[in-house]
Amino acid sequence: MSVDVTLPVLSPKDFASDQEIRWCPRCGDYSILAQMKKVLPTLGIPKEKFVFVSGIGCSSRFPYYMDTYGMHSIHGRAPAVATGVKLANPDLQVWVITGDGDSLSIGGNHFMHVLRRNVDLKVIMFNNQIYGLTKGQYSPTSPTGTKTKSTPFGSVDRPLNPLSVAIGARATFAARSVDVDIKHLCSVLERAANHKGAAFVEVYQDCNVFNSGAFEFASKKGKKEENVIYLEHGKPLIFGKDRDKGVRLNSHGQPEVVELGKGVTADDLLFHDEKAEDMNLAFLLASMRHPEMPEPMGVFRCVDHPTYNDAVYQQVESATERSGEGDLEALFNTGDTWNV
Amino acid sequence: MATTDVPGSNGKISEQLDAVVIRFCGDSGDGMQLAGTQFTNVSAVFGNDVSTLPDFPAEIRAPAGTLGGVSGFQICFSSSDIFTPGDEVDTLIAMNPAALKTNVADLRRGGTLIVNEDAFEKSNLSKAGYEGNPLEDDVSLAAYQVQRVPMTSLTRDAVADLGLSPREAERCKNFFAMGLVYWLYQRDATPTEEWVKSKFAKKPELVEANLKALQAGYNYGITTEAITVHYRVDPAELPPGKYRKVTGNEALAFGFVTAAKLSGKQLFYGGYPITPASDILHELSKLKNFNVVTFQAEDEIAAITSVVGAAYAGDLAITASSGPGIALKGEGMGLAAITELPLVVIDVQRGGPSTGLPTKTEQSDLYMCMYGRNGDCPLPLVAPASPADCFEMAQEAMRIAVEFMTPVILLSDGYIANGAEPWQIPDVSQLKPFNVSNENTQDGDEFMPYLRNEKKTRPWVLPGTPGCEHRVGGLEKSDVTGNVDYSPENHQFMTTLRANKIAGIADYIPEQTVEGPESGDLLVISWGGTYGAVRTAVKQSVQEGLSVAHAHIRYLNPFPKNLGDVIKRYKKVLIPELNTGQLRMIIRGTYLADAVGLNKVQGKPFLISEVKHKIKELINEEN
Ligand SMILES: Cc1ncc(C[n+]2csc(CCOP(=O)(O)OP(=O)(O)O)c2C)c(N)n1
Ligand code: SF4
Repeated sequence: MSVDVTLPVLSPKDFASDQEIRWCPRCGDYSILAQMKKVLPTLGIPKEKFVFVSGIGCSSRFPYYMDTYGMHSIHGRAPAVATGVKLANPDLQVWVITGDGDSLSIGGNHFMHVLRRNVDLKVIMFNNQIYGLTKGQYSPTSPTGTKTKSTPFGSVDRPLNPLSVAIGARATFAARSVDVDIKHLCSVLERAANHKGAAFVEVYQDCNVFNSGAFEFASKKGKKEENVIYLEHGKPLIFGKDRDKGVRLNSHGQPEVVELGKGVTADDLLFHDEKAEDMNLAFLLASMRHPEMPEPMGVFRCVDHPTYNDAVYQQVESATERSGEGDLEALFNTGDTWNV
Repeated sequence: MATTDVPGSNGKISEQLDAVVIRFCGDSGDGMQLAGTQFTNVSAVFGNDVSTLPDFPAEIRAPAGTLGGVSGFQICFSSSDIFTPGDEVDTLIAMNPAALKTNVADLRRGGTLIVNEDAFEKSNLSKAGYEGNPLEDDVSLAAYQVQRVPMTSLTRDAVADLGLSPREAERCKNFFAMGLVYWLYQRDATPTEEWVKSKFAKKPELVEANLKALQAGYNYGITTEAITVHYRVDPAELPPGKYRKVTGNEALAFGFVTAAKLSGKQLFYGGYPITPASDILHELSKLKNFNVVTFQAEDEIAAITSVVGAAYAGDLAITASSGPGIALKGEGMGLAAITELPLVVIDVQRGGPSTGLPTKTEQSDLYMCMYGRNGDCPLPLVAPASPADCFEMAQEAMRIAVEFMTPVILLSDGYIANGAEPWQIPDVSQLKPFNVSNENTQDGDEFMPYLRNEKKTRPWVLPGTPGCEHRVGGLEKSDVTGNVDYSPENHQFMTTLRANKIAGIADYIPEQTVEGPESGDLLVISWGGTYGAVRTAVKQSVQEGLSVAHAHIRYLNPFPKNLGDVIKRYKKVLIPELNTGQLRMIIRGTYLADAVGLNKVQGKPFLISEVKHKIKELINEEN
């Protein structure tokens, strides 16, 4: 490939590796891969500075399909691998690609810790509410009653809500999108890329083989308009094909759907504030689930906090300033010494 | 220094000794580790060879005065070189009945027993399970020279005018005990005095109290009529140079920092606290100005995987743990093995399985480290022989990791980790250079992440390098291209290739040496922390005219190339181990040698006498 040195303009093609993609036809993963390839060239970051780290699962094959640096690691541990990469070289932009099983079952521990530390990583969770790679067992996000090979009578577990977990861990960036909602997904990925700190994005992903249509309510034209609220900072929570519905708080502080007009105006609605330091609003939005409520899409929370990697390096720097650059001779000779 | 009429002798006799073993023991709140460490320091600074064995209680807060709460610290100091903290104790300092009960069996007949008489009251005696007071009958302690010293009350008197609470005052009694022992062995207390001044710099009343207690103990030695002899142990004839004392964990930290400094690389440590490995994390956390990044992960799995990530991105990366934590790291080690990334995993072994004996030493993780991963996954294994040897073996482990692009396991143990000995401070300009290349070494257009050099090593090219973008991962890869490939032939090929790469390291490590005759009746093979006991036992046996030699293996996988030939030169092979025979099984399997074992799993190191006894037994059978 000949590269014009003066104009390193990248296109999605530059991020495509030569490896054959082995997802099932029509798997939602394809769309997420395509949007990623679109977003990266817009970031103004040289190609060699991207690292994709994944765990294990269908989605975790992702790094093989990107012509960047990357590691397909072990089940659930990608956040920890990525933390090591970022701490070794903070100059890299590090993405974590994970599934709902990968990050919330076996990797639940690491998921929570990478977010609460605010390591500057982008964590993209492909949520298909099922285990794809192991051929269709229920996952920690599957609704109670889900019938699978391992739960022929329906699961009795109560599901986790990924955004509630992330917000509970005080993620400084938390967002949600849908695999086929191309524009929206691109904009969310771009915002995650530009966030300084741990950015968490849940993407509703269709596993058309083992859990087909699980997110139709949020992805299908004609349905999604009635089921989804697109969050915009500083704007009221309005939704519906005719933008005639909204969400406000009732007298108990609980969200409720109201129709606009008939005495209710936009001013009565709940306004989104992604920059709120306290997490009440983000929790409240995360608790809005289909079918009882419209589900929010977009950025739930985006706040500025010092990153873990910066703090680590500040300590290294100030220790070096205080004591001077480490000197082996001096180190070995500290404490009581004697001559023979 | 000391003759019969030195000042402070009060006309008492000074007797010359070659080596002395003393042990401080008391309740875990009595400051016995501190007393032992300080005594070691003053002896090392005086010029003795020293070797130590701290012995911690398994329970953090066992009820005061009970058998479970006894903490001990043993030191051997000598005027010739020594390799162990000694078999039998010459002087035992027991701060309470529980300490006496659990330790007195190790005191040599005729040895000196110094007890804190004040602690021998009813409730302590019954907590220790004594029916009567052993100090007051004629038989219990008849074999020893017993010195009953009311340490608590003497300490209280010594600090009476400082206005401390009674509790604070009594806590100084370990310094009283130290003072008395310093007098007994004619130690110069200056290093300890300096230590007290800096340690309690913010609390001048504690500085004064501890120094007063120390002096009071020393003066007690001078004035008491009960003790008529004190002892002199001359400095040892160590090779000339500058020395300091190191523990194994300190020396490991120094070794890895050295490797990083010499290679101009950042050192990354990812770990999760566990006894007895935590001190490595503690030591490195202090050394941030050496370009050291430490990461206290959420668990051992995050620790090893963060280290895999750091190694991929270019740091010299290490993790340390003990048995249970190493068990958790197995999958991560496999990932590092198949992605061929350089890192070091330190296992500071303790008694197992499971939580086992957290504060006691053992060598029973050899099988786990040799085989404890899924798939065919041999990894290089090295094992330091002593605390000071940790400095060199840390660098060796990292050198092998980088030169061969592989995780390396370094097997230490609780005995090495916490034990201390003199370390000759190296001349920094003479340290072995440590070169690391992160260059793309190939000519062609497209970068091939699994293209190999003559050592079968792939290049360590880092993210951020333009034009070399590549992916690594746990799925089987095709050689050269690094593309995913699960064809049967490829897996067979890659499995063999990885195994051959590790086996080939044998060409780049030192050959096995032996101490003693080049051939003969018996070869004793040891590894890890049993070095000192085995070396001394063999040396003494040779002096007694037996035909026995000692091979101590520091490279456990691959073994030194000549090990098989060495083994063949002796009629019999003995392998003493603090496990039920793990190296023995491997040696038998590898060399078809009829090795016999001497095995002990009591959480305690070998005594020299145990090894000697076995050597004699085997040679006698032979003749
Ligand atoms: C230690 C370990 N346990 C179990 C597995 C098997 N396994 C592979 S992927 C997977 C679940 C993946 O589910 P999810 O993360 O939702 O990803 P998806 O395949 O749906 O994209 C499991 C259980 C494994 N590879 N490693
Ligand atoms: S099993 Fe499901 S998640 Fe996996 S590739 Fe197929 S469609 Fe996609």
